[in-house]
Amino acid sequence: MTKVDLVVIGGGPAGMGAAVAAYDAGVRDILVLERDVRLGGILEQCIHNGFGLHRFNEQLTGPEYAWRFEKELHARNIAYRLNTMVLDITEDKVVTAMNSEEGVFQIQAGAVILAMGCRERPRGALNTPGARPAGIYTAGTAQRYINIMGYMPGKKVVILGSGDIGLIMARRMTWEGAEVKMVLELMPYSGGLTRNIVQCLQDNNIPLLLSHTIVDIHGKDRVTGVTIAEVDENRRPKMETAQEVECDTILLSVGLLPENELTKKANVPLDRLTNGAYVDQRRMTEIPGIFACGNVLHVHDLVDYVNEEADIAGQGAAQYLKDGAEDTAKITVKPGNGVRYTLPQRISAVEKTTVFFRVTDVHKAVKVNVKNDEGTVLLSRRRPRVAPGEMETVVLTEKILAENVGKTISVELEEV
Amino acid sequence: MFDVAIIGAGVIGAMTARELSRYQLKVVILEKENDVAMGTTKANSAIVHAGFDAEPGTLKAKLNVAGSEQMEEICQELGVKYRRNGSLVVAYSEEDMPKVQELYDRGIANGVKELSIVGKDELKALEPSLSDTAVGALYAKTGAIVCPYELNIASVGNAMDNGVGLMLNYEVKAIDAVEDGYVIHGSGEDVKARFVVNAAGVYSDKIAEMVGDHSFTITPRKGEYMLLDHDCVGDITHTIFNVPTKMGKGILVSPTVDNNLLLGPTAVNQEDRDDKNTTPDGLAMVESNAHKVIPNINTRGVITQFAGLRAVGNTGDYILTSPRKGFWNAGGVESPGLSSAPAIAQYLVERMAEEGLALIPDETFNPCRKALHKFSEMTMEEKNEVIKKNPLYGHIVCRCETISEGEIVDAIHMNPPARDVDAVKRRTRAGMGRCQGGFCGPMVTEILAREWKIPMEQVTKFGRESYLNYGKTREVTSHDEG
Repeated sequence: MTKVDLVVIGGGPAGMGAAVAAYDAGVRDILVLERDVRLGGILEQCIHNGFGLHRFNEQLTGPEYAWRFEKELHARNIAYRLNTMVLDITEDKVVTAMNSEEGVFQIQAGAVILAMGCRERPRGALNTPGARPAGIYTAGTAQRYINIMGYMPGKKVVILGSGDIGLIMARRMTWEGAEVKMVLELMPYSGGLTRNIVQCLQDNNIPLLLSHTIVDIHGKDRVTGVTIAEVDENRRPKMETAQEVECDTILLSVGLLPENELTKKANVPLDRLTNGAYVDQRRMTEIPGIFACGNVLHVHDLVDYVNEEADIAGQGAAQYLKDGAEDTAKITVKPGNGVRYTLPQRISAVEKTTVFFRVTDVHKAVKVNVKNDEGTVLLSRRRPRVAPGEMETVVLTEKILAENVGKTISVELEEV
Repeated sequence: MFDVAIIGAGVIGAMTARELSRYQLKVVILEKENDVAMGTTKANSAIVHAGFDAEPGTLKAKLNVAGSEQMEEICQELGVKYRRNGSLVVAYSEEDMPKVQELYDRGIANGVKELSIVGKDELKALEPSLSDTAVGALYAKTGAIVCPYELNIASVGNAMDNGVGLMLNYEVKAIDAVEDGYVIHGSGEDVKARFVVNAAGVYSDKIAEMVGDHSFTITPRKGEYMLLDHDCVGDITHTIFNVPTKMGKGILVSPTVDNNLLLGPTAVNQEDRDDKNTTPDGLAMVESNAHKVIPNINTRGVITQFAGLRAVGNTGDYILTSPRKGFWNAGGVESPGLSSAPAIAQYLVERMAEEGLALIPDETFNPCRKALHKFSEMTMEEKNEVIKKNPLYGHIVCRCETISEGEIVDAIHMNPPARDVDAVKRRTRAGMGRCQGGFCGPMVTEILAREWKIPMEQVTKFGRESYLNYGKTREVTSHDEG
């Protein structure tokens, strides 16, 4: 069996970034496996700009952003294979992959970085009743149709969900000549970035209906319309508000799910809160030598943050390959009041760690408190506004961690 | 002039066609949709019933037991997945136990083998996740599961391989009785046949009326289902029914042969023969029942919801009648219709033979169908061999179910050919997984356009006007190319 020090699964921004970071930390024998015809992952279909503001201080399109990393990969002669699907990973880090030229092959990896990204929640996951005609797409599928394949998936569009891809596609379809009638959001606030609401919806006069959903889908062959309704505070439709809207297309932007099928095959334990692996501050999963980063670990708002995490994972894998990276401490990190999840979920060495977290609701003026299991407040930071759509961070210093070895640390919100 | 024209390419039409293809006969199937298995066969509980439900002495009872006994062998011949997982009819109170006893007695009268009544402890051992409120059950070891559309497609494919014709998008509009048979008028050229089999499902009474037969009526009865992802199956192995009511066998929880978990159906009569919409009430009922049966069931893992229509006749039994010589109805084939299908087919062929259809064995008949390569089920060596022969097998198109381009292209060209995205999905499972075609849908559309040499905008989801896109975003002009 071929042996490779580091196998990276996925050639999107997370995978490429992690491979580059690992190389720069001393790993030379690296192989990136990508299932698509080119590197870049989902960025290849994100032809709008706005990528790279944090990382490169520039507004890049998705393909431009990806190209930055691809160049870095080439500059280091890091090996990669395209059109290659990973079929299996074992706990012992045997990777089984396949492509048309080589058939099925197996690699014994020294370390593995999981960077498979995420996928969109489809209609089925919503339990939306009604007919099942053609013309119901996730926003990302519609994006692929237009930006990669050059075909129009619809003309009169209703978008359910105000996630960023939905907002981007509202603008994209408008610019391609479609009539985007409205964007519906079940929650009383949008999960998308403010800049996307302004630039994609407001600038194109597309109404955003908060606390609304689709309650019925019409059409025998192709979609002919939807029934929409307002929802109450428990997200139940108020049927007296129901009205019909004519359309031929429904786009869904109702959430992203980390794509952890391979992670499960390797018996890597998953966190039900993130739908990704449990990791430590190096982004190592509970299985030594298997790391994860990017949207396969938890869904990020910006690709810039994905690459921040990919750097950590790449360096972590390099350290693991060098000295095995034994745990030297054990601190558990948990979400508390008002916080949906925290990442990493555990800290295995006393070293400065940024904890990423998402809140459960929109709040104006809150305090973010970090506490240990004895109730001691270790850290308190004010925030003018927090929202589930925007990832938050707190930094735990070495000093804080050194004083809390063996304890559980929680991140929680306090109204002020 | 055909010897037999079969109206409807559901599982009854398909099995009848296959049965007829054993003989030197000219047979054609007329189907109004763009694919076979588009009616009741597409959306039902996927169960091969043991045969304890039907009233002894009825056609239902007789043909269920006979059909179910042949099913395993037929599935082997056709390369169709079949699993004898056993069924449980569970009682949740002592008051329901007499009904369980009644089913047991009925099963024994119908000749069902390996039936028993199990108590609480044995039941818990058989299905550890079952609700603690269950008190006992009827246990039918011969109960099995099968994929109904796979069986349907394979039967038509095998019949076609043995010479049967298939006309898709052919809706029958009128039938004239002529001296030596029937002339069928529909959306296409007239079809003349000596014998006609009416296997038109929820429309079978309408087809019968075309030859002046008003002896029965069909009421469509909607059943809504939810399908859960592979990792929701847990330790559930049996098909779990509740004690039945007169509207049906109640809402069941069952693994499928493709290792999903199926919940449903509801049972609501309706007038409309096409309305297969799911409803908020129906889905809520399916979900809440599933929680009663398996308290810790993970319905968050739902992949899709769908509804089917059962063709419920007004006689309470199958309507396998002949209003006039050479015209045979297969009406009212509701549950256990799938289980009975092989026996219904044989019954109809025997009746036609009695009326003069000459059954001269065709020496070239081959009961076996070359099954599609099930790539995900092959060993590494087998995979490499297939990829060497056809590199398209090395290209995975559907990531959720690990389906390669080779399988898709083969399915498009094998009998019966797949002409739309849903047809590819039913044959290969591409798009059947948790992302529901989000990734592979556009690729399957491209492959269909390429293989059928049609523009992208003419590819449909399931025929008719179910178009998937409106053509190119911009037409490329010679100027652009320059």
